[in-house]
Amino acid sequence: MPPSEHAPPPAAPQTALRSGNPEAWQTLAQATIEGWGRDGRPAAELGGDDLARLTERVPLTRGMGRSYGHSSLPPARWPVVASSIFADRILRFDTESGELCCESGLLLRDLNRLSLPRRWFVPVTPGTASVTIGGMVASDVHGKNHHSGGTFGEYVTRLKMRVADGRIVECTPQEHADLFWATIGGMGLTGHILEVTFQMQKIPSPWIWERSERLPNLDAFLDRLLETADEWPMSVGWVDCLSQGSRLGRGHLNLGRWATPQEAPRREPKPRPAITIPDIWPDWIVNKPFMRIFNELVYWSHWRRVKTGIVSPEKFFYPLDVLRKWNRMYGRNGAMTQYQCVLPHTAGRGATRALLELLRREGGAGFLCVIKDCGAEGRGLLSYPMPGVSIALDIRITPETPRIVDRLNEFVIECGGRIYLTKDRFTRPEHFRAMEPRLDRFMEVRKAWDPHLKIRSAQSIFTLGDPP
Amino acid sequence: MKKVVLVGATRGMGRAVARILAERGDSLFLLGRNAAELGKSAEDLSHRGPANGAPVAHAPLDLEQPGSFAAALDAASAALGGIDCVVLSAALFAQQDALEEDAELARRLLEVNFTNTIVFCEEVRRRMLASGGGTLCVFSSVAGDRGRKPVGIYGASKAGLSHYLESLDHKYREKGLVTICIKPGFVKTGMTAGLKPPPFAGEPVPVARQVVRAIDRGTPMVYAPGIWRLVMLVIQNLPRAVMRRVGF
Repeated sequence: MPPSEHAPPPAAPQTALRSGNPEAWQTLAQATIEGWGRDGRPAAELGGDDLARLTERVPLTRGMGRSYGHSSLPPARWPVVASSIFADRILRFDTESGELCCESGLLLRDLNRLSLPRRWFVPVTPGTASVTIGGMVASDVHGKNHHSGGTFGEYVTRLKMRVADGRIVECTPQEHADLFWATIGGMGLTGHILEVTFQMQKIPSPWIWERSERLPNLDAFLDRLLETADEWPMSVGWVDCLSQGSRLGRGHLNLGRWATPQEAPRREPKPRPAITIPDIWPDWIVNKPFMRIFNELVYWSHWRRVKTGIVSPEKFFYPLDVLRKWNRMYGRNGAMTQYQCVLPHTAGRGATRALLELLRREGGAGFLCVIKDCGAEGRGLLSYPMPGVSIALDIRITPETPRIVDRLNEFVIECGGRIYLTKDRFTRPEHFRAMEPRLDRFMEVRKAWDPHLKIRSAQSIFTLGDPP
Repeated sequence: MKKVVLVGATRGMGRAVARILAERGDSLFLLGRNAAELGKSAEDLSHRGPANGAPVAHAPLDLEQPGSFAAALDAASAALGGIDCVVLSAALFAQQDALEEDAELARRLLEVNFTNTIVFCEEVRRRMLASGGGTLCVFSSVAGDRGRKPVGIYGASKAGLSHYLESLDHKYREKGLVTICIKPGFVKTGMTAGLKPPPFAGEPVPVARQVVRAIDRGTPMVYAPGIWRLVMLVIQNLPRAVMRRVGF
C-alpha cells in the first residue's frame, strides 16, 4: 500500500521497541545499513521525530552515516540503531552571544543556509556539510582551521543525552564533566546525544578570500603548509600520492580566511547545483591508470602557480559535496575506507614521505590524499587531532586492505601518532590501544555511566574491544 | 507576506511546509495538541524567519475536542491580525488490522480525520467568508482514492474528507475561499521512517515546495509527489477482480 505520510512507525518495530529485547530486532533487521564506505551490515534503522523516545531501548544513535567504517553501525547481536535526522530543530539562538541550541539531527547544510545570510557560521566545519550537529560532536570534527581554531568540541557548551540507564542527563564542562569530555569525540559510545548547545562564530561576510598554490613536491608542500599557518586561519591541501620520486606529494595548497566586507561581493553566495553520481559503475572503474590520469588532470587544472580570489564557503569548505554520493565511484559492489592519521611533529619531516611511500609500496594508494597541519590536542578524551601533520587517504577495500592498514598502523605507532576513528574500518584493538594512551580513561568514564557497555557500535566491538 | 495558521506543523510534512513559509517571511501561528512540542517548533521557525520578524506564537488545539476550535482560531487571528491561510496536516493513522481489532480506535480515527476535521474546516470557512476570503489547505491522502485492503477505514475517512474539500472549493471559490486538497503519496518523513519506502517515495522538502506552490497558485487538488496522480489513476482503473487479489 502507499501509506500516507501520516503513518507512524509500523506496529512490528513498536513491539520490539517496547520489549527492549535485542533478539526481537534480529527478525526485523532486513535492511542493510552502511557508512560512507559502503561496507554495510544488516540492521534496522529506527526513525521518527521524537529522538528521546527512539533512544529508549537501542544500543546506538546515528546521524547521516558519513563516518566511513562501522562507527554508525549497531552491534550484530542487537542490530538496531536510532536515526537522529528527523530531530532537527533549532531550539534557541542568542543573536547577541551567538550561542545556539539544537536537536542533534540538525543538518549542517541547513544550518549554513540559515546562518550565512545572518553573518554567523559554525566555528569548525568538516569537509562535508552532509553531517548532523550530533555527529560533529561524536567525531569531534576538525576542519581547515584546526591549527587556529581547534576542534568543534571546544565550542560545545552543553549536551543533553540519554545515558545507558535510561536517564536523560545534561552535561557541561562543569556539570558531569567526565561524561561531557568523553562524549566529545566519543563516537556516540557514552550515550545518545539528544541536544547540543554550542557557540557560533560571527563572520565579517559570507565569502571566503582564498589563495591556492600549486607545489611541485612533498617537501615544498609541507614547508608552505607550516609557513602559512600563522598568517592563514584556514588551510588544507590535496596531494597526488600516486606520483613517484621527486614528484611524490606534489599538490595544491588551499589557504583561506573570511573576506572583509570591503573585499566581498555585495550579493549572497548561491547554493551550488550538485549532481548525484549514479550507482552504475563496475567495480574496476577506479583503477591505477584511471586514478593516475585523474590525478594528473587535477594537478594541472591549477595551471597558474598561485591563484587568489573570492570563493563561496560551499566551494571552499565542501568541494566534494558537488558530487552527491561520490562514494559510488568505487563501483556498485565496491566498498572503500579511508585511512586518516596524524603524525606528530616530533616524528620529523621524513615521516609523511615514509607513510606515503609505504602506502604506495603496499598498493593501497587512491584518489584522494588530503594533508593538513593540526594544532593543539582537543580536550575530548578520544579527540583525534594532536600537533602534527594529518594525512587522509582513500583506500578501496580489497582482501589486502586489513593487512595494509595493519602496516600503516604499525608505522603510525612507531611515530607516536594516532588514527581517526571516524574514517577507520580495520584498526585492531591492540593497535588502537598502543596509539591511544587516553583509552583507559575513556573506558573508565564510559563504564561509570554504562557498566555493561550497553551502548556500543560495530566499530567499538571491532576496534575498542567491546564485548560482541 | 501571508498570515498562515498551521495545524500539525510540529512534525512531518507540516514541519517541512512551515519551514518554507517561515524562510520566505510569512507570519506563522501554530496550533496543536502538545504545548511543549509546539513551543520547540515555534522557536525553530522563529529562527528561520527574517531577522527582525516577530516570534512565532502558538495555541492549543485538539482535533478530538471540537469545542476548542473557535478559541484557537480566535487566538491565532488576534496574534496575526487576521488569517490569510490555514494549513491542516494533522490526522490520526493506524494500520487496518489494529483498527479492525479495536472499535474505539476506529471510532476515534474516523471522528478526528473526518467529522472533526470537517467541523474545523467549517469554522475556518465561516471566518474566511466573513473576512473576504482566504486559502484553506488540507492534507487528505491517496488512500482515499480507492477502497483498498490495507487502508480500508483510514482510506474511508480520507475519501470522505477529499469529497468535502472538493465540494467546498466548487461552492465558495467565487466568493474568495480557495480550498486545496493535498493527497500525499509516500513521503520519507519521521512518521514513515520505519516503513520500507515504495517506488516513487518522495522527499519532504520537494513535496513541501509543491504544497507551497499549490497554496500560492490556488491549485485545488495536488498529488505529491506528482507521480502519484498516475499511480492512483492506474489503481482507480483496476478491475475489482484484480483489486480482490492484490495486497495493496
